[in-house]
Amino acid sequence: MATHSENQYFVPHGSVYPSILSLGLLSLISGFVFSVNHLAFGQWMMYLGAAVVIAMTFKWMGTIITENLTGKYKAWEDKSFRVGMIVFICSEIAFFAAFFGALFYMRMISVPDLAGFDVDITPYKDFLSTWPSAGPGGVVLGTEYVAPKFTAMGPWGLPAINTALLLTSGATITWAHWALIKNKRTQLVLGMLATVLLGVAFLVCQGLEYHHAYTELGLTLGTGAYGATFFMLTGFHGFHVTLGTIMLIVILIRCMKGHFTPEHHFGFEGVAWYWHFVDVVWLGLFIFVYWL
Amino acid sequence: MSTTTVANHEEHHDHPTGIMRWLTTTNHKDIGTMYLTFSLVMFLVGGSMILGIRAELFKPGLQLMNPDFFNQLIGVHALIMIFAALMPAATGFANWMLPLQIGAPDMALPRLNNWGFWLLPPSAILLTLPFTLALFGIGDGALATGWTFYPPLSIQGGIGVDFAIFAIHLLGISSVLGSINIIVTLFNMRAPGMTLMKMPMFAWGWLITAFLLIATIPVLAGAVTMLLTDRHFGTHFFNAAGGGDPIMFQHLFWFFGHPEVYILLLPVWGFIPQILQTFSRKPMYGYKAQVYSLWAIGALAVVVWAHHFFTAGMPVPALLYFMYSTMAISLPLAVLFFCWIKTMWKGSMTFETPMLFAVGWIILFGIGGLTGLVLADVAADAQYHNSYFVVAHFHYTLFAGGIMGIMAGVYYWLPKMTGNMYDEKLGKWHFWLTAISFNLTFIPQFFVGLAGMPRRIPDYALQFAEFNMISSISAFALGLSQLLFVYVIIKCVKGGKKATDKVWEGAEGLEWTLSSPPPYHSFTEQPIVK
Repeated sequence: MATHSENQYFVPHGSVYPSILSLGLLSLISGFVFSVNHLAFGQWMMYLGAAVVIAMTFKWMGTIITENLTGKYKAWEDKSFRVGMIVFICSEIAFFAAFFGALFYMRMISVPDLAGFDVDITPYKDFLSTWPSAGPGGVVLGTEYVAPKFTAMGPWGLPAINTALLLTSGATITWAHWALIKNKRTQLVLGMLATVLLGVAFLVCQGLEYHHAYTELGLTLGTGAYGATFFMLTGFHGFHVTLGTIMLIVILIRCMKGHFTPEHHFGFEGVAWYWHFVDVVWLGLFIFVYWL
Repeated sequence: MSTTTVANHEEHHDHPTGIMRWLTTTNHKDIGTMYLTFSLVMFLVGGSMILGIRAELFKPGLQLMNPDFFNQLIGVHALIMIFAALMPAATGFANWMLPLQIGAPDMALPRLNNWGFWLLPPSAILLTLPFTLALFGIGDGALATGWTFYPPLSIQGGIGVDFAIFAIHLLGISSVLGSINIIVTLFNMRAPGMTLMKMPMFAWGWLITAFLLIATIPVLAGAVTMLLTDRHFGTHFFNAAGGGDPIMFQHLFWFFGHPEVYILLLPVWGFIPQILQTFSRKPMYGYKAQVYSLWAIGALAVVVWAHHFFTAGMPVPALLYFMYSTMAISLPLAVLFFCWIKTMWKGSMTFETPMLFAVGWIILFGIGGLTGLVLADVAADAQYHNSYFVVAHFHYTLFAGGIMGIMAGVYYWLPKMTGNMYDEKLGKWHFWLTAISFNLTFIPQFFVGLAGMPRRIPDYALQFAEFNMISSISAFALGLSQLLFVYVIIKCVKGGKKATDKVWEGAEGLEWTLSSPPPYHSFTEQPIVK
């Protein structure tokens, strides 16, 4: 057991933010459920809930930054944040694993199985086990589903550019981190700015890619097994990149304000870890969704 | 190792009172109390739902409700009991007791802790709101799919499924936050000198539980998200026409669902040995063996999921693998049973209420485990599957193994929490009423299940009538006995004989070195463990 050079563990004030945040989530969720089921007030409850969630998140994080700046967090608390962040990223890995699992299952098991029935009894006579696949078609909950013709998203256009963008951003954030450790403010801010811009560029490219998929390739969320896994995996990844970029912007502003010292900058490192995690997930996506 | 630690409590002199105290609290004991209270309330809510089911099943034919409402009650009963009664109870104990047991000033992430709890009431609202909406003509009630959400039924279902999906999301976030907090607390907040292998068994049980939650809850979140997009956004994850597969949902669901069983049980396996040790007045037998067994069970828990749907169809090698790996779990579990019994062996045993529950727990949970072993047999499972035998089996593991274990913990720690002794006589009455009515409720279900009565059906063949009648009457007795439990708790909170610091003669551990009840701020100076 480590001995603690500072002997006090900081237990914060009571806070109303968590409970109001939960209430906001309740409103956001009920609103969403109402609106997908075409009931009244759904959208307004959603907007209200989202506003509360965003406001509370900012207030909460703001409190933490203030506490940090007033020197409440020392080595002992810092270790709590580090372990906590690592465990949180592990839970995120498990979340993505579910969608990767769905991709592998469909590709390796359900699509070959559907194509592999005895020809005398199969309802899917002309269906071949190929990937990408939109499935054999058939009646879905009473409505006819005709497997659409579509073109798969190749790896070597926008996706390759996106890979380059994200990998570069991983390098620039590390460059910024080195600068932080050596206390070089200009290099730090430049590195962070570059990382943010690369993140934004990635999101723009992904927007273009989705537009291209929907308008020219005939590839949509409803395009069977391929469309579902493609959009869910890249979509959730894009959502994480969006969150990561917002966090990077906050960190950039904090860098410019000089919040971090070479010894004491968990906020920076936590976001950097998260960014690297998002980066690694993208490599998995690039290999298994786009390339192979 | 001579450092002492003083917690720096900002709010030392002015923490708010009334409702604001509970809404805003960052104190681990306050949060623990909220978890335990919430759990007790939801236990009664979920229990009254199933009494509706047992009333309907009192005799063959349809008497009280239409089959759809019957299905809704079953699904919501299960979700509430698992996610809103059992899991919060275990988390409540973790909040209350882990900092006390490891000599910490508080949980490591106190505000996160508060959020973890306050996600629960909204989830409970989401689960039960569809019932209310249906009364006003909106939607068709809660989810009618059972707690397992299997597609295509869940894709065809109404608004209740959407609400349940999001309730799962919120409950999942709450569990992940709780797990992060517990892992961090156990790794970072232990008293100087307390190595991992000196941690109390309860801490070990919870550490492994937390790892299981981190690994599996997000997978469930992903699975129900796919269900949501299949329902509303045109994806085909669980639809053969699009190349998907409804069976895939079963894989994803049970990848979470089987570890969930151990998530519910591991905390109990943690504190039951401590209770046995206290009332046997001798050291715990086989501490290391128990820790390693808990790890082995935690590891096996995530690789055996498909035994929940042997009959869904899968290749024979897969069947064999899942059968053997499932049966392998009984080996470390047998080690645990041996250690529990050996802890009591030749001890100076007394049978206060916690000990009665603990010993009764060993026997009843043993029945749950052994009936699980026969269910794991692929060949036999074709007969048992989807019958009342399964229902009886998992109530022996989750009611006896889970809730009765939690009750042992409640009686064990209530004097420490409140500073007052509970009414021993009423406590014993509660144990015997619970144990007897529990067995009379579920033993008949083994019989009707073996004879072929299917689960989740509101009507049944005439031949099962007598056993169902016994089961229904006993279920009401079981439910009413729990009102006695509530009474004992309230009486204890309000007053009673003052408890000493140590409470139990044979109690060991740091939590017994503090006063009863402990001061608002637990260890302001960290003790040093030799």
